[in-house]
Amino acid sequence: MSAAENNKLTAHRGKATWGERLVPLERFREETAVAGRRLSEAARLVEQGNFLRRERGATPVEGPYSRVVVFGGVYNNHLALEAVLDAAHKHGAEAVYCLGDLGGFGPSPEKVWPLLLEGDVRTLQGNYEESLASGREDCNCGYTDPRDNHFATLSYRYTSEHCSSDFKRWMGGLPLQRRIRVGQRELLLVHGSPRQINEFLFHSTSPISFLEVLLDQESCDGLLCTHTGLQWHRRLPSGRDVVNVGVIGRPANDGQPGVWYAMLEDRDGDLGVELLRLEYDHTTLALEMQQQNLPQEFIDTIRHGWWTTCLEILPARERARSRY
Amino acid sequence: MPSIEASEATAPRVTLSSLDTLWFQVAGTVCNLACTHCFISCSPTNRTHEFLSLEAILPYLEEAATLGVKELYFTGGEPFLNPEMESILEQALQVGPVTVLTNGLLLDPERCRRLNQLADQGDYSLDFRVSLDGYAPETNDPIRGEGTFDRILQGVSNLVEAGLNPVITVTEVYEDNGSVSGKERFFGLLRDLGVAKPRLKMLPVFQIGAEAERSGAYDSWQRLRDRDTLDEGWGHLQCSSCRMVTDQGVWVCPILVNEPRGKMGQTLSDTLEPFPLEHPACWTCHVYGVSCKT
Repeated sequence: MSAAENNKLTAHRGKATWGERLVPLERFREETAVAGRRLSEAARLVEQGNFLRRERGATPVEGPYSRVVVFGGVYNNHLALEAVLDAAHKHGAEAVYCLGDLGGFGPSPEKVWPLLLEGDVRTLQGNYEESLASGREDCNCGYTDPRDNHFATLSYRYTSEHCSSDFKRWMGGLPLQRRIRVGQRELLLVHGSPRQINEFLFHSTSPISFLEVLLDQESCDGLLCTHTGLQWHRRLPSGRDVVNVGVIGRPANDGQPGVWYAMLEDRDGDLGVELLRLEYDHTTLALEMQQQNLPQEFIDTIRHGWWTTCLEILPARERARSRY
Repeated sequence: MPSIEASEATAPRVTLSSLDTLWFQVAGTVCNLACTHCFISCSPTNRTHEFLSLEAILPYLEEAATLGVKELYFTGGEPFLNPEMESILEQALQVGPVTVLTNGLLLDPERCRRLNQLADQGDYSLDFRVSLDGYAPETNDPIRGEGTFDRILQGVSNLVEAGLNPVITVTEVYEDNGSVSGKERFFGLLRDLGVAKPRLKMLPVFQIGAEAERSGAYDSWQRLRDRDTLDEGWGHLQCSSCRMVTDQGVWVCPILVNEPRGKMGQTLSDTLEPFPLEHPACWTCHVYGVSCKT
């Protein structure tokens, strides 16, 4: 052990570190004991109430419906979009909702626009639309891994360069939230979370008490979101539901080329939630991506179902299930 | 030399918009290392903050759940010096996802196996962050202590062997650490160690505590002023969505626990008011966009 370290170890005996100074331990403790607030129990309850209260927005409630189809993350995948619209028709869905992130990853971004319009898809603005409409330089994912940053930038630039300004303007006009009624249940639809367009709500990092507070604050009976790329459903102890509807643009990092969407329906006053796998012509999509010179890493994901880039966002549990 | 010069009147104030992240200084300032860049000067004899017991932690977990906490972090000192650490983790994982910040030295294979069992139980993620400050002993050991490089990598190996995949946390004590080539070297080191899915997080250094001795304290201009108030607010700062519990109460963030003025109250509900960004370390968080989160 070096002399310097030895000195420091000795120096701490009976002393506290106060910033970069050493002071007698008692002096620090005395100062700390009177620092901050110590409220009465009644005052604490008032503080909690004020802290948790949120104003409910004026978003109108659409519906009521008995059955809807909801999906997110198109990522330029026009073939999966066609397939999910077919599926919605077959299910007899009364309305179809898209929770945003139209671009990135796949080929020929402009192709999804007419499909959304003709399919009467009620679309929310995701962070990708927000970035494209406001002319931001990149998707602003902020990865640590230089490789992740490289691929994120590639797909953002490609999408930006291949989107018309009319399409981008349309994206900028999309709402950030919607509310729908399915049977008796009022559901809030967002991209990331009710409070932040790019907040990740993963299954393993969205605890029950957090979700209960979020739904209380938004006074809704259920929350539908996307953004993470991984679908999940949690029924809360209060009987309300939180559903990450997943994405149709790329597979769910599960080794299967199929993608995921959600169907919600009224079941005698209860909310039925089904997460469904969607098969589509991924072979043709992979060929189109090749023709557009998109990275081989993206094409591999479309073919084999494992994410190859931008894995950094995954929490420990979800990363452990991942191949890469 | 005093850290706080600006008065509360001139510092911008940051509101707690939600309690997303709750930190526990579970080992206090007690550590089996005495790193030369530690911003709270942890060491085997630093008792500025003591261990937190399971009994002391439980009411905070309950209060945090009421306030809608999203994730829990445990740090020290070295968390695994706390004899109750594994029971604490078990309880915390009932409330939400957990991340433990460790130096990796106490991660023997048997403990790693138990931790992996904990990680597999229940609904929520259990994650680990292991600190490393250079990609070779020559750079790491002068900061973290003689022989630590090999022992840290052994700890990482044990975690990986047990089925866990820690995030390696690197401070920018060397300018090169944070560069693209520096990051590539860390990724390479981990792959060579058999880590199939390496994870890395970079952090700037805070010029307080031991680090102030090592590389110099803040200059007087390194402060946030009222005029720095941003249109978009201070949502990028961790203190807009976190609090830190130590054995002496609740503090604004994990960085300022050695400043009595960083203490905001006794329970979490005492600390829901805005906090003045008067400390020079607040300047670092703002300028470098630091998030203590993984």
